[in-house]
Amino acid sequence: MSNNFTPWERVEISRSSERPTSLDYITAIFDRYMSLHGDRLFGDDKAIVGGLASIAGRPVTVIGQQKGRSTKENIKRNFGMPSPEGYRKSLRLMKQAEKFHRPIILFVDTPGAFCGIEAEEGGVGEAIAKNLFEMSNIKVPILSIMIGEGGSGGALAMAVGNEVWSLENSTYSILSPEGFAAILWKDGNRASEAAKVMKITAQDLKELGIIEQIIEEPEPACLDNIMDISEKMRTMICGFLNKYDQKTQEEIVDERYDRFRKF
Amino acid sequence: MPLKEMFKKRTLTPQEKKQAERVRKAKDTLLEFQVPDGLFQKCTHCGKTVYNEDIIENYYVCPYCGSYFRVRPRTRIAMVLDKNTFQEWDEKMETSDPLKFPGYKKKLERQQAVTNLDEAVITGKGKICGKDVVIAVMGADFMMGSMGEVVGEKITRAVEKATKLRLPVIIFTCSGGARMQEGIISLMQMAKTSAALKKHDEAGLLYITVLTDPTTGGVTASFAMLGDVILAEPGALIGFAGPRVIEQTIGQKLPEGFQSAEFLLEHGFADKIVERKNLRKVLATVIRSCEYE
Ligand SMILES: [Zn+2]
Repeated sequence: MSNNFTPWERVEISRSSERPTSLDYITAIFDRYMSLHGDRLFGDDKAIVGGLASIAGRPVTVIGQQKGRSTKENIKRNFGMPSPEGYRKSLRLMKQAEKFHRPIILFVDTPGAFCGIEAEEGGVGEAIAKNLFEMSNIKVPILSIMIGEGGSGGALAMAVGNEVWSLENSTYSILSPEGFAAILWKDGNRASEAAKVMKITAQDLKELGIIEQIIEEPEPACLDNIMDISEKMRTMICGFLNKYDQKTQEEIVDERYDRFRKF
Repeated sequence: MPLKEMFKKRTLTPQEKKQAERVRKAKDTLLEFQVPDGLFQKCTHCGKTVYNEDIIENYYVCPYCGSYFRVRPRTRIAMVLDKNTFQEWDEKMETSDPLKFPGYKKKLERQQAVTNLDEAVITGKGKICGKDVVIAVMGADFMMGSMGEVVGEKITRAVEKATKLRLPVIIFTCSGGARMQEGIISLMQMAKTSAALKKHDEAGLLYITVLTDPTTGGVTASFAMLGDVILAEPGALIGFAGPRVIEQTIGQKLPEGFQSAEFLLEHGFADKIVERKNLRKVLATVIRSCEYE
């Protein structure tokens, strides 16, 4: 590991407004990207972006949870908290990828699914559940990359991958350390302590078998160094695609099932 | 004379005899698993004093205001399955305590002693009106029905066995969400159970969920919402985010009836609200309508 940050420091880095977003990585990694919109049922959630891309000459589907950098953009993106229609859009795009034999690359970066009246009315629980259900059986390879915050079921709904990778300073957790401390110790101020026991850093997650690879950040990722990190990610993604080219559809589905069955 | 002595040798009045007979009858059907302390209790909803045998006879529904008392898993099994047909699976499974969370194992032991349950779900096989089914029943009184490794594994195994045996699955959901003490591993149970249900679905088999009070968090966002037919008990709280979390997020009080079973039905996320006394019959009807081979 290139840095000795504490788990809580990594939580702060993962949430930093300096941190590159899904669209930053998509633009930096892929040769071409064309966005597609809408869930064909209700609306188009701006907290999830996705569409057609190509990498080293081959078409893929990319989808990402999208935060904003300015307040104005964050309001548009709902701070990266997807609504049910966002999850339904992502599932639609994944099904489309399956139909046209395109591998799926997902970028995860959310504090969690949106907790609001409309989200409950729209069945956010059902939307997440349906993603988990359908993703388990998609016949093309799925790669999920944690680039920032991986908050709870809202993150998992885009992380039922054949492989899940994480940037060194990203986190993935059952809920925020603040929430965890508030529930278990009735004291939200003990968040940094919670971050330690919860095992939410990339290193912890690798030891638990939750992720396969850690993408190193020699310095915490930001727009100044995104090209270096993206170059590395591009090479790794090409490696992933080549590896899964050798596998049959059945192997791809069975291996993904076994990956989650073991927990 | 001490109170105890006073009742010792007295013969029962005809009224008391009748009452005892009713209790025996109720016990014979479902009481044996859930005896509330004392002769009566106060309904938490309307505040009226209700005799226990009246509660039991009335399927644990308040005879005055109709509000639903929570039913423990074994009572539920007795209510729903044909008598003496239940075969329990995977008892006494233990968590690996993946976070080595301080005090967690001790807490589980205490819960086991208090609730007389091994974990927050009971799974197994039984019959409803003569039809074989695989059933999983969650209980709120064990760690708030939270889903950790053991709950996820028991449900996954039950679903996988059902797929192999070509049987319908019925899950009674009741959960406060993920088991916090197991961290990210409890999150993985959502993907694991959903994947097993997808295989069951691909095999053309029936899955019914019965949503009971309360069903929230990770259980709502996984197997609770995946039934071919989704039934709910009247008035049950069902949602993804807890009402308090939502109130904090939006900074205002939630409207009356928000996240109730009726709210779900209205918004298209449940098929039917079923009164407890009709549940067995409704389940049997659905099963008979989905006989595939
Ligand atoms: Zn009452």
